Amino acid sequence: MLEIENLHVSVAGKKILDGLTLKVADGEVAAIMGPNGSGKSTLSYVVAGRSDYEVTEGSIKLDGVDLAEKSPAERAALGLFLVFQYPLEIPGVTTMTFLKAAINAQRKARGEEELATPDFMRRVRDAAKKLNISQDMLKRPVNFGFSGGEKKRMEILQMALLEPKFAILDEMDSGLDIDALRVCAEGVNALRSKERGLLVITHYQRLLDYIAPDTVHVMHKGRIVRSGGPELALELEKSGYADYAEEAA
Amino acid sequence: MAAVQETVDKVRTLDVDAYKYGFTTDIESEKAPKGLNEDIVRFISAKKNEPEWLTDWRLDAFRRWRTMAEPKWARVHYPPIDYQDLYYYAAPKTAEGPKSLDEVDPELLRTYEKLGIPLREQEILAGVQADPNARKVAVDAVFDSVSVATTFKAELAKAGVIFCPISEAVQTHPELVKKYLGSVVPVTDNYFATLNSAVFSDGSFVYIPPGVRCPMELSTYFRINERNTGQFERTLIIADKGSYVSYLEGCTAPQRDENQLHAAVVELIAMEDAEIKYSTVQNWYPGDSEGKGGIYNFVTKRGDCRGDRSKISWTQVETGSAITWKYPSCILRGESSRGEFYSIAISNGYQQVDSGTKMLHLGANTSSRVISKGISAGHSQNTYRGQISAHRKAKNARNFTNCDSLLIGNSCGAHTVPYIEAKNSSAVFEHEATTSKISDDQLFYCMQRGLSAEEATALIVNGFVRDVLQQLPMEFAVEAQKLIAISLEGSVG
Repeated sequence: MLEIENLHVSVAGKKILDGLTLKVADGEVAAIMGPNGSGKSTLSYVVAGRSDYEVTEGSIKLDGVDLAEKSPAERAALGLFLVFQYPLEIPGVTTMTFLKAAINAQRKARGEEELATPDFMRRVRDAAKKLNISQDMLKRPVNFGFSGGEKKRMEILQMALLEPKFAILDEMDSGLDIDALRVCAEGVNALRSKERGLLVITHYQRLLDYIAPDTVHVMHKGRIVRSGGPELALELEKSGYADYAEEAA
Repeated sequence: MAAVQETVDKVRTLDVDAYKYGFTTDIESEKAPKGLNEDIVRFISAKKNEPEWLTDWRLDAFRRWRTMAEPKWARVHYPPIDYQDLYYYAAPKTAEGPKSLDEVDPELLRTYEKLGIPLREQEILAGVQADPNARKVAVDAVFDSVSVATTFKAELAKAGVIFCPISEAVQTHPELVKKYLGSVVPVTDNYFATLNSAVFSDGSFVYIPPGVRCPMELSTYFRINERNTGQFERTLIIADKGSYVSYLEGCTAPQRDENQLHAAVVELIAMEDAEIKYSTVQNWYPGDSEGKGGIYNFVTKRGDCRGDRSKISWTQVETGSAITWKYPSCILRGESSRGEFYSIAISNGYQQVDSGTKMLHLGANTSSRVISKGISAGHSQNTYRGQISAHRKAKNARNFTNCDSLLIGNSCGAHTVPYIEAKNSSAVFEHEATTSKISDDQLFYCMQRGLSAEEATALIVNGFVRDVLQQLPMEFAVEAQKLIAISLEGSVG
């Protein structure tokens, strides 16, 4: 369960989040929608623990654990995963090397044994197959020279292997054509479970056709201005964000 | 990933600024008086019981040196060196040169053990039994000015390979030394090489006879121990027709507040169809976090592909020294000869690196390849300087150069200075260069997946240098990987 309470965040002195409160229960898929500049990406970075964001007030808890003093790596080990809007390239480091390093770093942080290589290989192969990721892609450096679609599929692969307790999908649909979007969404849907919460951040209703949310929240100027069920997303698609801007004001 | 994890663990156990090899060995030594003049040159020559031609060769070099000026073109800065304030000869005190390992001062052996260099053949052999995959490495250890022990001599002799201190080769194989010494790096080559020619103390000599593939890796380990002592070793390697040798060199020095001068000369000669692979892991003391102390590493290394189809390959991992000034080069004289240069140069703290290579294509169908990876962190400055040239007779000369720089933090600098010169129209030279920075975004991405900042940096850096690490012999690759992480320690905020 993710609990965000009255969160105020500034970047370089500029206020981005202004008293945001949000709860996402285990097994729940929550969607956050909002116009550009409403602070959606900031929210995902802050929850993941990026250091250049200053939390001036409020708290973030994952399964009751306050994340304030936790490093990004510690948050990851607690089970938090972020699907990046723009996944980073790491030249020279093969995807396999990276995956193994990440999995074992998290296991080590949780006091678990390292994953044996054959076991690791099998898990990667199985997960890759479902996402239509070739063995060749796994041997290439992380995201290096990948298309937008390949990068996003690689994000979902990592999510599948790291088995997070809670995942945030930051505009997963950006840069994806309709076929790639379907593959990624199917990958995400396969990872839905009673224990795992998901926060889907998006501009468009389109993504929610593929990943059906339980709850929908509208974000504007750094706070949630309206919450509801899936019908809210459809309404937004018709009317746009302008009305909510006025409501918030 | 095991290696990366190991590196990271290793880094964590170290204090910041802890240079692992900074201890000194308390051992009595015999020194020449401070300063440099003809008498000192004669003293060194006499100590080594050298023939007259070599004494004259040194004196000639000394006289030339006095007329020369220090080169100023490199992007490095240091206060003037007082050449009269140095010792030019220091030797551990023993009545005679050691005849066997049993005669070597146990204190010295312990020093090398601390450095992780197993000199005792028994130990190496024991190691071989324990691990059938471990390869044997013959070691020549040079302590300040003299070579103290060379291992596996007998076994090498069976193959006809000569591997001994150069001072010994002067006595036992004077014709070879006389024929090749100074034939690649002439006495008058440059200020530091000329100084070395006058006062060189010891170093390794290798001769591989025609058609012989040297049965093991050869290695020299250099150690500066004495205070205010310059180290001027001289290495000469000759690979005769159709032979092959792989040679490794490692270096460390105690932690001292004053700067110490190291001006070595390495000459390689490859005859027809011969191949020499020369690898260096340089880890001289780099100075403290404020930039105090450290070694001035002013080194001239050059290989001569004298015979047709010969090949010389330089691989270097440069992590130490306050200042590094070295350009391992290849003269591609023989037709279809090939030169290679693979380099990882890391600078942190206040280190300055000006390093690169020269590939001089003289013969037809010669080819060369240059892969340089520079990593700058802290307040350091890291320059790649390379020269690729094709003589008018070097028809179809080919070169590929790839020169990448990686920056960590905001206070360091990376510079690339390529000189490319083709005097015939059939030459094809390619030059690629990139400069990148470990971005906060990359670090955050790795950290979000569970890696700590140190682990993430080690992973990214290891990815950056992978092409070059693969060129190193196995044993050195692992050591080099650890060294890279240790050198970059404290570079991530």
